[in-house]
Amino acid sequence: MTTATPRTKLTTSAMIASFADPGQRTAPAPFGHALAALAEERPEIVGLSADLAKYTDMHVFRDAHPDRFFQMGMAEQVMLGAAAGMAEVGLVPFASTYSVFATRRAYDFLCLDIAEPGLNVNVVGGLPGLTTGYGPSHQATEDLAILRGCPGLTIVDPCDSVDIAAAVPALAEHDGPTYLRLLRGSVPTVLDEYDYRFELGKAAELRTGRDVLLISSGLMTMRALQAAARLEADHVDVAVLHVPTIKPLDREAIVRAARPDRLVLTCENHTVIGGLGEAVGSTLALAGLSTRFGQVGLPDEFLAAGALPTLHDRYGLSTDALVARIRAGLDGHTPWAAEPEPASA
Amino acid sequence: MTATASPPAATGLDPQRIERLRDSAYRIRRHALDMGEVQGQGYIGQALGVADVLAVLFGDVLNLRPTDPEWPERDRFLLSIGHYAIAAYAAFAEAGILPVEELETYGSDESRLPMSAMASYTPGMEISGGSLGHGLGIATGMALGLRHQGRPARVVNLLSDGELNEGATWEAAMSCAHHGLSNVLAVVDVNALQADGPTAGVLRVDHLTDKWTAFGWNARRVDGNDVAALLTALDELRDAPDRPSVLLCDTRPGHGVPMLETREKAHFLRVEAHEWQIARDQLTEGHQR
Repeated sequence: MTTATPRTKLTTSAMIASFADPGQRTAPAPFGHALAALAEERPEIVGLSADLAKYTDMHVFRDAHPDRFFQMGMAEQVMLGAAAGMAEVGLVPFASTYSVFATRRAYDFLCLDIAEPGLNVNVVGGLPGLTTGYGPSHQATEDLAILRGCPGLTIVDPCDSVDIAAAVPALAEHDGPTYLRLLRGSVPTVLDEYDYRFELGKAAELRTGRDVLLISSGLMTMRALQAAARLEADHVDVAVLHVPTIKPLDREAIVRAARPDRLVLTCENHTVIGGLGEAVGSTLALAGLSTRFGQVGLPDEFLAAGALPTLHDRYGLSTDALVARIRAGLDGHTPWAAEPEPASA
Repeated sequence: MTATASPPAATGLDPQRIERLRDSAYRIRRHALDMGEVQGQGYIGQALGVADVLAVLFGDVLNLRPTDPEWPERDRFLLSIGHYAIAAYAAFAEAGILPVEELETYGSDESRLPMSAMASYTPGMEISGGSLGHGLGIATGMALGLRHQGRPARVVNLLSDGELNEGATWEAAMSCAHHGLSNVLAVVDVNALQADGPTAGVLRVDHLTDKWTAFGWNARRVDGNDVAALLTALDELRDAPDRPSVLLCDTRPGHGVPMLETREKAHFLRVEAHEWQIARDQLTEGHQR
């Protein structure tokens, strides 16, 4: 808890917080709108939620297709089991809750009922990584670490509203289990400024650069692009490889991009244990690539409650913190340090 | 315990129907003993205990096409309790879903009949068991989906009383009632036994009829080794158009084989090599009486 004088504006540890920058272009509830639109064409699409429709943008689908929405109550285990049962009889379910509940609480059901039979069930997890200031109960800092070990599960970590709008039909089309790290509410719109199209299982180089390669997923791609633009002014040339599909990982694209003459940093909204960073690290090692490599991600600890901008600064996910990390890496400081940088002033 | 006394057999049921199902239960037990002997072990106590329930389900309740286990309009039989696979395979063979000759591959390498039930291995096996407390949740979704699609098929989930320890079962019980899933029939094998000992000492699940009724279910409790009682209760359960139904079946592990029935109760019964033939003889003797 921060101690603040009465005159200082208090920060908030609210559950729902936006990570959009002030004035940034955003789209409202892109997941809900994409699912509702897809359901117009595909009658087998159904939606489920565990008492969190309103907070996972599922309410948009619910209101558009009330007969195809199933409220499962605050019971994540039966929600995922029931989603499996629906897929068994030919429906294509999207089941939403917060990431912490889908993974920590109901993993046995996701694993055995959905993934083992290879069903087309799409699990949608809100508040992935550090996207809420509510504290460890709601911060799914290790969802990727839990799920990457699940055979046959496709995992998508979208950057923005453009990614989400394209990912939803792709996930429905994919004949197998998927997990989507949901960005909800007013979601930044970023990737339409690039020559980019979401493709399941594919990484995309959004910008090229001689000095540094940032390999990023999720909202950290947005931060990576911002950091690259800022460093450009200082004549530091930063490439950004966006990896929206965490599993299966586009190893070819990563190996192709990770030339040994550049500093390579992974950027993820997740603990540095078991997520994108370690997946990329093992890919590089297995390919025999020896390169300066480091991870930007959340520390291996339970995080604090607080306001998101404060926390992103403190734990190294803000653009300021990322720029500092890149500079430190270029200066030869241990680029693999997993410890968080001190918050910049 | 509030076990309801079994209704007397004289309930107007067709004696031939009862006889047919008792014969079927006998053959299921025979198959189970044969499979147990191949491996020298197995959940034979449970299989013998639940055989009458399975005979009634497969012989009188489930709408299936044995030669077409994937028939889209079939009733779904979900075995939550994967370790009861030996009993399910015996029932599948009796129903014509599996060839009887295949049963001797039970638990062997490359067999379609693994010791714990797995959907991808076995025709007729709808879900994979092993982790308890999953079946009723999947049944919930299947029943919601079938109803949504306007299809009349029912979903029958066989659980055990030990499985009622799992909280997920009760999440699903609430959900079935909340959604008014009259196309769900839960059948609970109440054998009062689980891995660490009698259920009463591991985690009590007493007042079962009251519990399920309080959860919004149409519930009946019967002697699960009494075919006539099972049939009568199932007929009564069909009268609930607005809610799910549960049949609580008190069964005796090892039933039909006195040598095993009187043995110290164990989740995983040891049977010596020379005892399998004795068991078969006792079973046949008891059935012919």
